Amino acid sequence: MALTLSGPSSVQGQQHIITVLVENHPGVLARVSGLFARRGYNIESLTVSITENPDVSRMTIVVGGDELVLEQITKQLNKLIEVMRVVDYTEFAAVERELALIKVNAEPRDRAEIMQIVEVFRARIIDMGERAFIIEVTGGTDKIDKIRDLLAPHGIREMVRTGVIAMARGSRTA
Amino acid sequence: MSLSGAQVMLECLRREGVAHVFGYPGGSVLPIYDALYDCRDIMHVLVRHEQGAAHMADGYARATGKVGVCLATSGPGATNLVTGIANAYMDSIPMVAITGQVRTTVIGKDAFQEADITGITIPVTKHNFLVKNAADLPRTFAEAFHVARTGRPGPVLVDMPLDVSQQRIEWSGDQYPLKVDMPSYRPTTRGHEVQIKRAAAAIAQAARPVLYVGGGAVSSGAQAEVTELAERTNILVTTTLLGKGAISEAHPLCMGMLGMHGTAYANHAVHNCDLLIAIGARFDDRVTGKVDRFAPGARVIHIDIDPAEIGKVRQPEIPIVGDVKTVLQVLLKHVEPRPAGEWNEQIEEWRQRFPLVYPRDGGLYTEAIVEHIGEATEWKAVMATDVGQHQMWAAQYFRTRAPRQWITSGGLGTMGYGLPAAIGAQFARPDERVVCLSGDGSFQMCTQELMTASIYGLPLIVCISNNRSLGMVRQWQEMFYHERYSHVDLEQSPDFVKLAEAYNCIGYRVTTLEEFRAAFAAALEQTNRPVVIDCSVTGAENVFPMIPSGQTVNEMRMHTRLEELRSAPNADPEGWSYDEEDQKLSQIVDAGHGGAQKEN
Ligand SMILES: Cc1ncc(C[n+]2csc(CCOP(=O)(O)OP(=O)(O)O)c2C)c(N)n1
Ligand SMILES: [Mg+2]
Repeated sequence: MALTLSGPSSVQGQQHIITVLVENHPGVLARVSGLFARRGYNIESLTVSITENPDVSRMTIVVGGDELVLEQITKQLNKLIEVMRVVDYTEFAAVERELALIKVNAEPRDRAEIMQIVEVFRARIIDMGERAFIIEVTGGTDKIDKIRDLLAPHGIREMVRTGVIAMARGSRTA
Repeated sequence: MSLSGAQVMLECLRREGVAHVFGYPGGSVLPIYDALYDCRDIMHVLVRHEQGAAHMADGYARATGKVGVCLATSGPGATNLVTGIANAYMDSIPMVAITGQVRTTVIGKDAFQEADITGITIPVTKHNFLVKNAADLPRTFAEAFHVARTGRPGPVLVDMPLDVSQQRIEWSGDQYPLKVDMPSYRPTTRGHEVQIKRAAAAIAQAARPVLYVGGGAVSSGAQAEVTELAERTNILVTTTLLGKGAISEAHPLCMGMLGMHGTAYANHAVHNCDLLIAIGARFDDRVTGKVDRFAPGARVIHIDIDPAEIGKVRQPEIPIVGDVKTVLQVLLKHVEPRPAGEWNEQIEEWRQRFPLVYPRDGGLYTEAIVEHIGEATEWKAVMATDVGQHQMWAAQYFRTRAPRQWITSGGLGTMGYGLPAAIGAQFARPDERVVCLSGDGSFQMCTQELMTASIYGLPLIVCISNNRSLGMVRQWQEMFYHERYSHVDLEQSPDFVKLAEAYNCIGYRVTTLEEFRAAFAAALEQTNRPVVIDCSVTGAENVFPMIPSGQTVNEMRMHTRLEELRSAPNADPEGWSYDEEDQKLSQIVDAGHGGAQKEN
């Protein structure tokens, strides 16, 4: 299961990636996302998936706001009974990844340039049609924003992004 | 033994020591009502509207510290509970609300009387459950009660589909968990010792400290500790609307309530203090007014069991997360005695200069009614109020001596709360006098519960402060909307005496203080019939002092006749001295009313 809720990419203030480990119950997502809406917190993206433990789901949420806002968010999340743990990845080294599929116009005269961009970004073309490619790219949000910007002049027909997932470096776990 | 889910549910309530359930039947709870038919040890109180059931459970909980329980059918029954649940949530009142639900097989198909009550109540419950299998009932109820009563208390809803109530399971009697362990829910009750020592040091250093005590002190049963702390350090105490009773309000160190309609001296003290010790209080906007001008020069110690309250509104210098009583017990080990000083004199000077006043001219003012209720019951009555001006006057003039004696809707400000809450309190404390002070507006929001009170023979006394108006709204329109009185006129109300009689209660109408005294004396004679006293009070009065919303103590408006009334000969009536009774009450541990806050 993976569920994404991507908002506009312009968020005021600092951005934080927080990971929320929750009990894998129906309705947990509603509690968490409702909390954000209710208290007026700005969600940039929210991703939910199962973890190594089938009883536990992991949400990765990118939020905007200063330290005080983040502290409130963390505390309010912790108050939800089904929330087991909240970790702010801004505090320590972590790898962050996002995957995007981008369907871009690919007229014959543009193909070479597009393929070059794909290569530079270590992305992949996973579908090649008469007039369009589907490009798969993973990386940090910045990288994906960047390839999107470079492909934009060719005409992006459709784009889907998973939202950020993150994991601490080294042996540390959430 | 094979039991239905409904019977298992009753077994669960028994294990939790539930003695009263306030409820109303319907299709999806028929199996539960069928089980109740044979039930002798749990009393079901049939209400007249589910909102009443929720408020009764709430009043019951406030009067005892126990978890209040209400029950309603699916759909409209469940949605009718919502106001009462939200009310309990805002004031952190332990409650378990049980709702029927359509069969699990048709959930989500817009079945007859289906409402997504767990979805609806997410923002107004501490937690909720949808039970899908009767075998899960024991664990679910054990968790529901555990969550409701521990940590920062609050309402929990359990949604029971019809087929779950009907489902038969084998019941051995020992399925009910003796101990609840929820890895993702472990409230911190012990405060951090280092922080507590820092707090003690800050108290020792402070020149102008103030104790600001809220509902958390009442719910944790900390009146003895609050009183001890105040007495040992000679620090004056102000309480919030919900903190009333955390220290006897007759205590010379108690300044009464603070905030929008708090006493001027409490507000001046807080504004000028150099150390604010917040105990189980949440810096509500009705307390702070403009947040960045609230206690602007103070260091803040904030003791609260809910970590999310720390820094939510005001960043404290010394945060202490933990149960108020537990934390104060440790704090008291470190706090040195401290003599009263200039600061106490300064506050006393404010107290003399800005007393609470109203015209003691024999006219029927709500303030006089409140004082008389107090005097006539030796300030022992359990006082439940509705919402509006009368509530604020009650907060100002009702000298709460003990915790759980004062029952009011704070955070949500729910008109209609008073009568059902009083009924709940009367069921919880049958031997005590419960008085409800209502308004002519509020009373009409849950009037139907008079029938409940009368059928069960409760000797409640309901005093309606009848100013023929939605007084509090009228006050705001007068002050802030250029006296454009829009839809606040209640000149046309039912005849409350006849209405009382129609519900088989006793009704009196009074127009003078003398008449009120006589009617109240007659009401006190009643042992098994509710009395409604319709008090035709002087209209168009305003509640003072008042700090307009979002403003500061500098904009506080005093009573327009303060000077004249302060020096009137009968300005300060008898009966405000702290006596042995108060002392005794402050020593009573909360367990006296059934033992709240048992952490298991
Ligand atoms: C359910 C609900 N609706 C509306 C309000 C807004 N409100 C606050 S006080 C008040 C007037 C209350 O009138 P009454 O009960 O007569 O008390 P009074 O102020 O006159 O003493 C109103 C309408 C409220 N608090 N609760
Ligand atoms: Mg009125």
